[in-house]
Amino acid sequence: MLKNITIGQYFPGDSSIHKLDPRIKIISVILYIAALFFMDKFIYYIPAIILLTSTILVAKLPFKYIIKGLKPIFILIIITFLINTFMTPGEIAFEIGPITATKEGLRQASFMAIRLILLVLCTTVLTLTTSPILLTDGIEKLLNPFKRIGLPAHELAMMMTIALRFIPTLLEETDKIMKAQMARGADFESGNIIKRAKNLIPLLVPLFISAFRRADELAMAMEARCYRGGENRTRMRELELKRFDIVFLIIVLIYLILIILFRYFIN
Amino acid sequence: MNDHIIEIKDISFIYPSKDIDSDDYKALDNININIKRGEFVAILGHNGSGKSTLSKLMNGILLPTEGDILVNGMNTKSEEEIWDIRQTAGMVFQNPDNQLVATIVEEDIAFGPENQGIEPSEIRRRVDEALNIVDMYPYRKSAPHALSGGQKQRIAIAGILAMDPDCIILDEPTAMLDPSGRKEVMNTVKRLNLKEKKTIVHITHYMDEVVEADRIIILEKGRIIAEGKPKEIFSQVEKVRKIGLDVPQVTELAYELNKSGIDIDTKVLNIEELVNSL
Repeated sequence: MLKNITIGQYFPGDSSIHKLDPRIKIISVILYIAALFFMDKFIYYIPAIILLTSTILVAKLPFKYIIKGLKPIFILIIITFLINTFMTPGEIAFEIGPITATKEGLRQASFMAIRLILLVLCTTVLTLTTSPILLTDGIEKLLNPFKRIGLPAHELAMMMTIALRFIPTLLEETDKIMKAQMARGADFESGNIIKRAKNLIPLLVPLFISAFRRADELAMAMEARCYRGGENRTRMRELELKRFDIVFLIIVLIYLILIILFRYFIN
Repeated sequence: MNDHIIEIKDISFIYPSKDIDSDDYKALDNININIKRGEFVAILGHNGSGKSTLSKLMNGILLPTEGDILVNGMNTKSEEEIWDIRQTAGMVFQNPDNQLVATIVEEDIAFGPENQGIEPSEIRRRVDEALNIVDMYPYRKSAPHALSGGQKQRIAIAGILAMDPDCIILDEPTAMLDPSGRKEVMNTVKRLNLKEKKTIVHITHYMDEVVEADRIIILEKGRIIAEGKPKEIFSQVEKVRKIGLDVPQVTELAYELNKSGIDIDTKVLNIEELVNSL
């Protein structure tokens, strides 16, 4: 049951998108999202979709994976679509009983839905093409300048690494405890939601206790290996900007600037 | 240079009790041990004999209540030298899962040297070297959770090796492994002692793992009750049994044969020696 949970949906590959510096990828995603919020007409989505699709094609990502990324927000998209359709005032398009859909509403609804889909898709492409370690490294490096104002960049990255390291270990342990409790007659599958939640107690208590013990031992092992925070720490793999990284960033920057220019100055 | 890498001088260690009524628990009582450079010392003992506490004292994770421990001449009580001490005396723990930090094997091995602030190219060299020593180079890109227990423990050893320590303390590294994992780890440890000339302090309760040690120290209730070469220790079959430890099977057989009147040397540790003396 727990075997099919995948965390960090990295799709390994060696395309030029995979090889991009993680910092560049994160910044590009932020710029792309920013550009999405500057758009106020459907026509703007054309360059947005072209940019995203070409990235996906270069990264050689299977279409199936991309669509999978949309699954969790499917309900959210439907709800926003319905609310926008029926709540926006304007010219009546059609009526269903007491509620009315407006033309403005339909337009607004599809506009928002496309924006949401693009938002999720571009972050999906990021996580699909970047391994969790590189992603953590990238986040740490990007947050480094904020250390001066007290942001614990290294600590955050360390926490992410340890979390990623222990997710499979804890999943395995959960599986083991579940089986052990089931052998003792625990029932995790029947009853209503409240009963099921209550039945989880014999699973959660041992799991938590063991997690705390693990944390204690891990802290000791880290100290024994001279860990004393991020100061004076070096890294084996230094991130290095290559020419393609710069080119890619410039493309995304030009795209953002063009969108802003069109939005405010051309019409 | 001093030829003792670790000097343990008259140390005691007391775990303060948490409630007022019960007494403090004295885990170690007046222990003296000197460990020579390049030596392979095995520390044996039961649960609660104080052997794990002793190992944690040796690299400054715990500090002795009384007495001093010198690692390469540095006192574990000195705060400025604690990181040098931990670099000199690396420590491998019991649970292989709870001492690996990173999500990829080679990243984990790099963790120690990264903490020491070593140049990236030098870290790379050390990681590759350590991976080769423990024979795990083909697995450098794997995730730790995909490895077997013995493999994880070898990665943990490699992580310590990459810090370039003179001495490696192993606190029951095989306790949670299956027999084949135990064999893998013990072969690695022996190789480290013979080929890499590392001082080994191996803490365990498996008899067959200590046969090849240079010296055995048996702890019981916080005191040293026996110390000497494996042959000297195990020939005292009655004494070893009395404290609830086993002697290697071969030694036991020789002892039983001797007892039933066959004239045979009881100081045998492996089948070959037994065959020869028969």
